[in-house]
Amino acid sequence: MNIVRLCERTSKFGIYIAFILLCVVLSILSPYFFTVKNIVNILNQVSIIGIIAVGSTIVLISGGLDLSPGAIVAVAGVMAAHFGHPGQYPIIVPITVAVATGLAFGAVNGVLTSLGKIPPFIVTLGTMTIGRGLALLACDGMQVIDLSERYISLANSEIFGIPILIILFALVFAVFQFVLTKMRFGRHIYAVGGNETASHVSGLNVNSIKIAVYMLAGALAGFGGLLLSSRTVVGSPIAGQGYELDAIAAAVIGGTSTTGGVGKLTGTIIGALMIQVISNGLDMINVPSYWQQIVKGSIIILAVFIDMRSRNKG
Amino acid sequence: MVEKSCLLKMEGVSKSFPGVKALKDVTFTLNRGEVHVLMGENGAGKSTLMKVLAGLYNRDAGRILLNGHDVAFHSPSEAIAAGISMIHQELMPIPHLTVAENIYLGREPVTFLRTIDRRKLEAMTRELFERLHLNIDPWSIMKDLSVAEMQMVEIAKATSWNSDIIIMDEPTSAITDQEVENLFRIIRQLKNEGSGIIYISHKMDEIFEIGDIITVFRDGEYVQTCPIKGLERSRLISMMVGREIQDIFPKTECAIADTILEVKDLTLPGIFEKLSFQLHRGEILGIAGLMGAGRTELVETLFGIRKKSEGRIIKDGKAIIITSPSDAIANGFAIVSEDRKDVGLVLKMSVGRNLTLTTLKNYTFWGQFMQEKREHVSIQDQIRRLSIKTAGEGQQVSTLSGGNQQKVVIGKWLLSNPDILIMDEPTRGIDVAAKAEIHKMICSLACEGKGIILISSELPEIIGMSDRVLVMHEGQITGELGRNDFTQECIMHMATGQCLED
Repeated sequence: MNIVRLCERTSKFGIYIAFILLCVVLSILSPYFFTVKNIVNILNQVSIIGIIAVGSTIVLISGGLDLSPGAIVAVAGVMAAHFGHPGQYPIIVPITVAVATGLAFGAVNGVLTSLGKIPPFIVTLGTMTIGRGLALLACDGMQVIDLSERYISLANSEIFGIPILIILFALVFAVFQFVLTKMRFGRHIYAVGGNETASHVSGLNVNSIKIAVYMLAGALAGFGGLLLSSRTVVGSPIAGQGYELDAIAAAVIGGTSTTGGVGKLTGTIIGALMIQVISNGLDMINVPSYWQQIVKGSIIILAVFIDMRSRNKG
Repeated sequence: MVEKSCLLKMEGVSKSFPGVKALKDVTFTLNRGEVHVLMGENGAGKSTLMKVLAGLYNRDAGRILLNGHDVAFHSPSEAIAAGISMIHQELMPIPHLTVAENIYLGREPVTFLRTIDRRKLEAMTRELFERLHLNIDPWSIMKDLSVAEMQMVEIAKATSWNSDIIIMDEPTSAITDQEVENLFRIIRQLKNEGSGIIYISHKMDEIFEIGDIITVFRDGEYVQTCPIKGLERSRLISMMVGREIQDIFPKTECAIADTILEVKDLTLPGIFEKLSFQLHRGEILGIAGLMGAGRTELVETLFGIRKKSEGRIIKDGKAIIITSPSDAIANGFAIVSEDRKDVGLVLKMSVGRNLTLTTLKNYTFWGQFMQEKREHVSIQDQIRRLSIKTAGEGQQVSTLSGGNQQKVVIGKWLLSNPDILIMDEPTRGIDVAAKAEIHKMICSLACEGKGIILISSELPEIIGMSDRVLVMHEGQITGELGRNDFTQECIMHMATGQCLED
């Protein structure tokens, strides 16, 4: 009986335990895995997708779905790179351009889903496709190269020995964690995702909350696009392929409900880390990359399955 | 009349869920040709017992004897095959299929090509409906039906199995009095054909009209079984709650003061036209009427949930404009809506979060930053004040009983300190004890000088609670009665559109 009870208690933390187990196993299999260098490497690699996943998480909590972040990454990256050539504009210009691009996409997503009442799957599938087209159009299909030192340093420098990407990721996480748990707006996101009608009748402005959420997610994706173009030293129209799905996967593995109203950013972080650790760890023990995809997919399904089981019991 | 032989016997049935013992050693017997009423407060174990019988839950202990044979069902289809069908409290239609397809789902008549034999399907459905005197087109799409019609289809479906045992879990929660009459006629017919009916309801009048024998449960335990004939209502209530409740409607008279709300020519196209009425401070204004009379639509329009096409709303002598619920809240309105689960609460959130949802701004600085300590104090106060039974403010609200959920809805609105409180079926599906508490609460709110609009389909509640009653019929106010004038008959006449002269 005690074991059963223990399992019931721990199922709440299932994802954390699974993550720790995974790390332990990988540490045993590869002595290099649990080194400072590798951990920093993992965190650095997870940062951009992590920032985007924060946006995807709040959209899911609000009862929506966003398929456009990957495309926003490409458009924002290309647009920002246009303003990032040496000796042209101060660095704030490409940053603003990237974030504004994301905000614009988010606004379209938000308005069409809330006021237009079109299902978010359809709207963001559309804006994703449009975004991919716009990214190609904006650079005539050619990568934007010749970026300034300052631009490149955005994602490739260190502060006190810590890669700046990790610091930015931590900042984004901290800000949004605060918004979700300590601000009225955060409460409203959960309420709208949990029950739109009840929220409306309780006096919440459901439409503006939804639009704001999509805009924030768009801005984060735009910011992610800027960082990716800086990191790869090129504004590429095909950047960010599949990022939207990785971001959603991170959120879902971390326990965010696909039907809205439930989710935590800490879960999303673990979810994103889990995906990264799996590919890093499998690399390290020489599993071919084809297999990594298969493992990743299986983990997503397994995570949601376990999560639903524990929820039903609770 | 068929001889009263024993159809079903359940002995020593127990069932636990994590943390709760839902059924403790329960005994239940059903005879042929008998309507056996199950009664008890919410959480007493009625629905759990029925779900065990219908194969939705597995029992932990005990025996079920069907026609003298030991049985155990592991799925609803096994139970149906053995002659037990159930009308669930929550309707489960497949909205995009037709009525006929819904009824014969999974057992459609087929042609030799294994395609659905639509002609035969239609004939079967028509025959069934004829037997039940239902006037519904077999080819209507389910989602286009009214809730009442869906409920009747569900009832038809349950009878279509020709089961020996039909379980009806609150079958009248969504249908009009006329359809209740029809249902009762069907029940009597089934009874005469030798079926046994298990009937779960909270409505006293129905139970006394249709029931032969009654079994009462309390807290998952069997209390007593006795014939309904000659049973006193007060005794039945005390059996259920384990103590005597003196007043079911503890109406306290309080001073009715000046007009707080005046509604003029309010119109919602297609539903109601040019409705006018007044509400006073300290007054409980009952609105009676049948389902579909436009009562809910009226208050939803007042609250800004629906868009009026014309009409004026005057509060404390000043014309106000309400285009959304937030406008209504800002003007001192509150609404405890008919649909607790879909409109009243965010079920996925905790008790505390639900309580402060409308008034969140009061616990912030700069309108956005939460002051959780102040919020916590307020939530704790409210839980105590309304005696909400919960493990703590963090408990998910969906896990509370119906009565306690309703208290959370009321608590949420009381925190906004409204002047006008609209209560749409505030005690539907709630056990007797919680009902009495809510009635007391309504009275004391009126005495604080609030204006209260009370919608209820239970006439005794309307009569017991209201100072004045408006009766609606097909979008019109067909009558207005003062406290000294109303009787059930009189209200029913007006509600069915038959004008009374005297």
